[in-house]
Formats: sequence, structure tokens, C-alpha cells
Amino acid sequence: MSFPWAKQYTPSHPAMVWLDERLPLPRLIYGAVGAGYEVPRNLNYFWNFGFMAGLCLVIQIVTGIVLAMHFAPNSAIAFDSTEHIMRDVNWGWLMRYGHSNGAALFFAVIYLHIFRGFYYGSYKAPREMIWLLGVVIFLLMMATAFMGYVLPWGQMSYWAAQVITGFFTAFPLIGDGLKEWLLGGFAPDNATLNRFFSLHFLLPFVILGVVILHIWSLHIPGSSNPTGVEVKSKADTVPFHPYYTAKDGWTVGLFMVIYGLFVFYMPNSMGHPDNYIPANPMQTPAHIVPEWYFWPFYAILRSFTQPLLFIPGKLMGVLAMFAAILVWFIMPWLDRSPVRSAKFRPLYRKFFWALVVDVLVLGYCGVSPPEQPYILLAQLATIYYFAHFFIIVPLVSSIERPEPLPFSITEAVLGHDGQAALAAKG
Amino acid sequence: MAHDAGIDTPTADSGAGLGALDSGGVRRRDFINIAAVSAAGVSGLVVLYPLISQMAPSADVLAESSTEIDLAAIQPGQAIKALFRKQPLFVRNLMPEEIKKATDVDNNASEFSKLRDPQTLADRTKPGKQNWLITMGVCTHLGCVPLGAGPGEEMSRGAFGGYFCPCHGSAYDTAARIRKGPAPRNLEVPPYEFTSDTVVKIG
Repeated sequence: MSFPWAKQYTPSHPAMVWLDERLPLPRLIYGAVGAGYEVPRNLNYFWNFGFMAGLCLVIQIVTGIVLAMHFAPNSAIAFDSTEHIMRDVNWGWLMRYGHSNGAALFFAVIYLHIFRGFYYGSYKAPREMIWLLGVVIFLLMMATAFMGYVLPWGQMSYWAAQVITGFFTAFPLIGDGLKEWLLGGFAPDNATLNRFFSLHFLLPFVILGVVILHIWSLHIPGSSNPTGVEVKSKADTVPFHPYYTAKDGWTVGLFMVIYGLFVFYMPNSMGHPDNYIPANPMQTPAHIVPEWYFWPFYAILRSFTQPLLFIPGKLMGVLAMFAAILVWFIMPWLDRSPVRSAKFRPLYRKFFWALVVDVLVLGYCGVSPPEQPYILLAQLATIYYFAHFFIIVPLVSSIERPEPLPFSITEAVLGHDGQAALAAKG
Repeated sequence: MAHDAGIDTPTADSGAGLGALDSGGVRRRDFINIAAVSAAGVSGLVVLYPLISQMAPSADVLAESSTEIDLAAIQPGQAIKALFRKQPLFVRNLMPEEIKKATDVDNNASEFSKLRDPQTLADRTKPGKQNWLITMGVCTHLGCVPLGAGPGEEMSRGAFGGYFCPCHGSAYDTAARIRKGPAPRNLEVPPYEFTSDTVVKIG
């Protein structure tokens, strides 16, 4: 879709005219991420993370395919082939550090992208489908990241595979069988490593497919914006190219500086030294923690230490951990406020920041050892997390009195809008 | 398509019209449609079965042989780790006071009823061999190896003196029963038998 005033693709070169009549791919790109896509003029920097996330996916696919040329997915030699990449393969260290740090920064970018969605109400009608597909992408990313983490077959790799597939044993009756089916054995072994490699190669392309759906569904209503007021006239928008390609290009540069800092100066800062010890099924590392981007969910998992409502603590932990993400799927229907942006929602805004603090507390508990006071803290933070979604958000959206919205995006930017004057007269 | 007017094709959803009607309004084409779709559906499911089943443990993994362990070198109070089905196995020679700690719980009805997975030490060992506590070294929470059986781990046996899982803080007592933390069950006791006074065969 596009607004009536969006520029049309008009090829001038005869070759491009010839191509346009047979395969209008340049037309598709022009309309999707070119001068033919009209975007609100008032987007702030939080709207840059979608583009950056796309870039991260490309970086991961390129470095990943290169790594797959040198990696051997066999439990006898996987660890050694990883070291072979680091020591012997030309630029192998760059590819591997680029891939592992790229994954962490991909999550950082995605979390900021999700943060944007929550703060500015990007999930609200008519953009629910964009949001739902986004949550699907996030779940696929988590699965992909986990399986990639297993591949070097170090101690943390092995025990991550053991613990995470152990989640499935929480389900009554089918649990143990399910775990054995996932692992292809009684404990992680060659069968596990080999299938995780296969799936780790596949899933990024599945993600790419869902990303295309995500952008497709975005182009039906067009991009949201910080006021949450829909586009009303030509004065409210600018073409994606050159305006936002240039703005995105600038933040891509900033991203590359940060990415470079990690890859070249502290490539192991987000890793765990135990993963440089080959996998040992007989010895669990003393302090086992996931990568930082899973800490809050790990804290929720661990906070159920006793049976609740006759459901064993282990099953409750696993269900709660999955529910913590699955609840995002129903966010568009939990939040019934017609006002999108938290900028005009004084009460929601306060609770939004409280949730941010709560997630940070959960993250802190997730990386701390499983002892008091962290267990109690994690339990309280878990209760608050679910209370936010199931009690606070529906309640706030029905009792809150939002602040007045600007008439249009243009009015919000310039302080006046010809259209608004006309509307006032009429 | 219903709009393919002019082409002499019967439509699937209209009972009347072009097709040759059998008795009861059932046309031959309906039968062919149902048969074809059913065959395709069933074939799809049949293909799905091997695709799912290939992920289950393969024959060589299932064919893991049993393991024999010589107990002669294990001193009272000592525990060793062995490998059974590529998973760690704990063999522990309990000291008399550790046995007493476990049986004290067994003999105290209120203590015993508080156990999450109530089993006595006698349930979990062989008659006359109560000092030999043989369990899987796999935490029933998420499968970590608890501390307490490896060399130098005597001080890391947790609040109940059995085993302690460092991953999520599950503590097991001297009968390897779950006492505290998120694990739902006691450490699993694998099938085993004594082939002589000092040799035990697992599996």
C-alpha cells in the first residue's frame, strides 16, 4: 500500500523498462524501501533499530555461511574445528568473533526495537500483525541463538543443551520421551550437535522469510510515529529514500563503531571462559548462566522453587518462562487504550518504566547465584512482570485520562498545520 | 472455480447441474475429489512419520551396553562418578551417620510426609547393602550434574549432606532424595544388581 501522494516508479533506461514489464523487482524495492515509501516525517532515533536489525541478520548470515565452510558438526572434532577457525583459517578469528558478538548485538538492537514498540504502542490496531510477526521473529531468534551457542561444543555449550532441552522433561507423561527425541539420545551427544547445526543453518532463512512478512504487513498501514497520530496529509510524510536511508546510514555507522569495539578490543567480554573447555558430560560448570540476553527469562524459570496450585515448581518455571514471552502476543488486546504513544499517557508511562526496571532486576537475578536474597527478589520481580501485563495494563487503559493529542504529525512538528486550520473552520 | 462459466466442468459445491448424478445426489466427481484429497492427506501423514521418527535415538545409541563397577576401592564416605548411557552415575559408600540421617527421616512420620518424593533409604538401596547408594548423577530439574561425588567435592554436598546442584540450587539428602530447590523428584535409581560382594552391574 502506499499513500496517494507516494512517488511512482518510472524507469527511464530502456533496459529497466524492459525489466519492469517482465519482472518488476526494482519497482517492488522502490515501493518498499525506496523513494516510493512515504514515512512520517517525525520519526525519532528509536525508529532506526528495525533497519539495524535487518543489517544484523545479514551480518549473521554472511559470517555464518563462511564459518560453516570450516566448522565440523561432529562431537569428536567440533571443539577442535572451532579452534582451527580461530587459529589457522585466514581471518577465521574475525568471522567467529564477528558472528558471536554480532549475535549479542543483534539481541541488543532487537530489545531496543521491542522497547520502542511497547513505549509508542506500535502493537495497536491496525498494526497488530506486524507485532505478532515480530514476536515470532524474536522466538525464532532465541531458538537460533541457543542452537548456535551449542555448536562450539565447549562446557557451556554442552550444559546449555542439557539444561534447555531439560525444560521439556517438565511436561508430564511425554516429557522424558520428548527430550530424548529432541536430543536423539539420553544426553546431548553427536546426534544433538549434528541436528542443531542443521537447524542453526536453516532458521536464519526462516527468520528472513518472516522478516519479509513483517515488512509487508508494515507497508499496509505504513510506519507508526512518536505521536501515535496517523498520517493525514502529504505534509506529514517524507519519502523513505533519501530521508530515512540517510538517517539509518548514520546510525549504521554508529552501530559499526560499537560492533568494532567488541569484535576487535573485547571479543570475549560477553562470552564465558568455561566455553573454552571441551564439553565434559561428567562435570557441570560451577556457575552456569546463559548469555546476557536470556538472563531475565532464566530468572523467571528459577523463581519457582516450590509447587504452586499442585503444579510442580519445575513445570511452573518452564511454563512461566515461555508465558513471559507468549504474553506479548496478546498485548494488542490487553491494552485497550485508543491512544498509542506513551508520550500522551501519563499513567501508562510510569508503569512502562517500572516494567523496564523490573526486567533489569530480573536480569540481575538471572546472572546471580541461585541463593537468597536473589531467589526472593526474582520471585517478586516475576510476580510484578505478570501483574504488569494481566492487571496493570488492562486497568490503566480503562481508567487513564490521556493528555490531548496533536491534530496531526505536522502540527506536532511545526506547531501549526494548514489542515488543522481548515478542520477548525469546518 | 465457480466462475469458469462456459467450460463444461461441474463445480464441487453445487449438487445440481452438469455432473452425472448417481442415486442420492452423489456425483462420481465428488467421490474422486474425496478419494484424491484423502489419499494425499494420508500419504502426507505417512511421509511425516519417518521424518519425525528419524530424530529419535538411533539404534547404536539405544544399544548401550550395561556397565560393571568394582566397589572394592570405594572407602566409606567416598563417592565416585561412572558413566552409564553416556550420563554420569553416582556410586556412594554411605557412612553409618549418613545412613542414620536418612533413616531418621524414614522413621519420623511427620518428617517423611514432608518429602517431595517420599521414598525410604531401603526403597532406594538393595537389602543388606544399605551403604551403597547408587543413583544417576543427573539432577531431576534440568539435568545438570550435582556436586558431591567428584574428587574434592566433599564440602559441596549442600545443606542435607547428599548432593547439591549448582545450576538452580536443588539440594539432595544422604538418600539422594530431593529436599530443597526446584527439582521435582529424587535422583533416579537405575536398575542394577550385585554380581558379587564388590561388583555391581548397572542396567
